[in-house]
Amino acid sequence: MEKYGINPNKGLEFGIYTLGDHLPDPLTGNRISAEQRIHEIIEYAKLADQAGIDFFSVGESHQEYFATQAHAVVLSAIAQATENIKIASSSTIISTSDPVRVFENFSTLDLISNGRAELVAGRASRIGLFDLLGYDVRDYEELFEEKFDLLLQINEQETVNWQGEFRAPLKDAKVLPRPKNGSLPIWRAVGGTPASARKAGYAGVPMFLAHLGGPATLFKRSIDAYRDAARSRGYNPDELPVATAGFFYAAETSQQALRDLYPYINEGMKKTNGQGFPKQHFAQGVDPHNIMNIGSPQEIIEKILYQHETFGHQRYIAQIDFGAMPFDKLQKNIEIIGNEILPAIKKYTAK
Amino acid sequence: MKIVGLSGSNVGTKTRTAMDYTASIITEKYPKEDFQLIDLASYDIQFSDGRNYMEYEGDTKFVLENLMEADAIIIGTPIFQASIPATLKNIFDLLPINAFREKVVSMLVTAGSAKHYLIAEQQLKPILAYMKAQLVQTYVFIEEADFHRKEIVNDDVLFRLDRLVEDTVLLSKTFMAIHEQKEEEYDF
Repeated sequence: MEKYGINPNKGLEFGIYTLGDHLPDPLTGNRISAEQRIHEIIEYAKLADQAGIDFFSVGESHQEYFATQAHAVVLSAIAQATENIKIASSSTIISTSDPVRVFENFSTLDLISNGRAELVAGRASRIGLFDLLGYDVRDYEELFEEKFDLLLQINEQETVNWQGEFRAPLKDAKVLPRPKNGSLPIWRAVGGTPASARKAGYAGVPMFLAHLGGPATLFKRSIDAYRDAARSRGYNPDELPVATAGFFYAAETSQQALRDLYPYINEGMKKTNGQGFPKQHFAQGVDPHNIMNIGSPQEIIEKILYQHETFGHQRYIAQIDFGAMPFDKLQKNIEIIGNEILPAIKKYTAK
Repeated sequence: MKIVGLSGSNVGTKTRTAMDYTASIITEKYPKEDFQLIDLASYDIQFSDGRNYMEYEGDTKFVLENLMEADAIIIGTPIFQASIPATLKNIFDLLPINAFREKVVSMLVTAGSAKHYLIAEQQLKPILAYMKAQLVQTYVFIEEADFHRKEIVNDDVLFRLDRLVEDTVLLSKTFMAIHEQKEEEYDF
């Protein structure tokens, strides 16, 4: 765990992530400018840092309704604006980027932030960027596997010799600068299914597991599959951190939380995925065994502790801002996390 | 209510003929409903490559978006090689997993042989149910002998098409009312 900057004695880490979506507010129809959205994301990270939250990450999506295509640049501004919080991507689409350039960016980010940078590499759930950046979506899987392997090799070795299909070979190449502690924590983003989780296990790298809704036990299967796969390749799962990431919203009561959150999720998903979130499924989100962390602060504390007991994971990452959630609501949620949720979770999970 | 008629084949005329009859029943009986007939033979649709339906271009995007916006869909399909045509299956492959959630879907089938009667039952219905459609269970099966030079010459087929349209609209209105009532109960 130490290799990835995780100290289990300090208990479950609590993080926040944003996809960097840039959507109209469903209640007013207005959309803030990309400029304002980016500044709000930086401010959001700052508040999270001040509240003692452990981790903040920003996603990369190259299409309409997103504003953080250049997520490494946004993270760089966040590095300047914050002091203690770990910062990362969620995720970097390594398939359509050059791993050398990505590593250069993130090791620089690590130096700017005084050793706080991490990298989460993903395959893209929205594939518009393949056309935009000149890649063939039929190479979806191979592009990721080859480039992710190269990224890991660059991270482990200062001088790289490498040959592959999708990039010019590297001969005694030095990829610089090096991160502050020699290497970066590099995670593999997984979309939820056990088959996908297995791939992270085979690679022997930490897993960032994103989830929408459903029973927590369903996602336990993916975590078990990940650890089994890691073990089968000779890795020790006890040394591999797991993070789960999904919808979060705290309000006075669970009914109020549903009321505040639903239009943002439903309309946001309609615009970015073409289908809304059925109320019937969303209403189940407040169930104590549902993986969506929606409810009163006390209910959420119990949910997160139940998830921790079920998964034995090292980090939970909350997505609160999806669908143009107003900034004052984000502020309020950070306040609740910092004052009530975070202390309780640390109290029960730290050794 | 938005109703889409989907004529599912690039080949032949019988399915289109039956869909034209269906279309005139709808516009005559339900002039206030928003009806649109999409004949796949008139569009240049690409094969599914796994992307989100909104990310296609041109005719493909047009057809998919109209289907996704529909409250009710009436599918007309011939039977080829003891199955539904590839053009229709491709539409299903292009759409997302729960594409027919909160939609009523009904079917008419044209076939050269009565031996194909159960194909809609055994091949088309399971696809629609998987994609979360509310099905009109009874479909209209139309044989070669019911057509003569782009006309339907069997009154029984016309009566059944009449009932198919009626059932589709009634069931759709019913499900919309149920849905609305349920949504209100959630109070969020």
